[in-house]
Amino acid sequence: MILAELALTPPYYLVLSALMFAIGATGLLIRRNPLVMFMCVELMLNGVNISFVAFGADLNDVGGQISVFFVLVVAAVEVVVGLALVVAINRRRADATADDVSLLRG
Amino acid sequence: MAEFITFFFGAAVILAGAIGVVVARNAVHSALFLIQTLLGVAVIFVVQEAHFLAAVQIVVYAGAIVILFLFVIMLLGVDKAEDLGVEPIAGQKPLAVVLGASLLATAITFVLVATDGATGVGSGDPERQLDSGITDIERIGRVLFTEYAVAFQLTAALLTIGVIGAVVLTRSRSTADQLDDLEPASMDLPSLAPEGANDEHHVDTVEEDAS
Repeated sequence: MILAELALTPPYYLVLSALMFAIGATGLLIRRNPLVMFMCVELMLNGVNISFVAFGADLNDVGGQISVFFVLVVAAVEVVVGLALVVAINRRRADATADDVSLLRG
Repeated sequence: MAEFITFFFGAAVILAGAIGVVVARNAVHSALFLIQTLLGVAVIFVVQEAHFLAAVQIVVYAGAIVILFLFVIMLLGVDKAEDLGVEPIAGQKPLAVVLGASLLATAITFVLVATDGATGVGSGDPERQLDSGITDIERIGRVLFTEYAVAFQLTAALLTIGVIGAVVLTRSRSTADQLDDLEPASMDLPSLAPEGANDEHHVDTVEEDAS
């Protein structure tokens, strides 16, 4: 059985990571709803997390997992501040898309 | 072999969910697809024997972040379908797809050309090695609270700043303005007594008609 000899080497994870990152980046450019754009950023961050863990496993070092831990914290803060911005913008004008708020002044 | 099946299962779940996030018209559906993707990533973490991260992934991402997304979607009432056909910038969508595809092609080319794997060397410190016999959570805890203690403290500061920022951003009006808004609302209260009297009178006339 040829499949039994295959091992899960880093490239498998890295290709998956690249796919996830590219889908997230494309979504970020296509979508106009700021909430969905934030979700696409989460996709990109998760794609990178997979490659962090894969490199850490390849080097037999816990540093990759520590990096993912910090990315998680930063992603949480990013979502909190971003959603607060979305709520603040929506109070002024409902149905605002990302194109409508191209200027920082209201 | 079992690893392989789990990996491809997880990858399929992740990619289906990721495409779902991008193409779903409804923001709520996007959030649900995002949960699917994050659970798939947790599966991939388990395959790589990062069990603590898999648990954190589910608790923090699927449990907190996506719930926050759904909460805001419901709060704002923007849970209606978005017209994906509208293009404010001409040719934005094809350009975005081309950019995404070229990004993907570049990344995959790098991965496939670099067949040697990671070029760095892991730290020789046995505490940091993944096969040192201690549990995953113990290893991360030891390294996080010794080598990365300063960075860990900084994340605490970052979280505090984030919370304060969110409060400041969403507190848009002063308390005095809100009190002004409340005044007309209290005057709009319907006066109950005359209506009740009318109702009784109405019932009486109906009964009289019946008799």
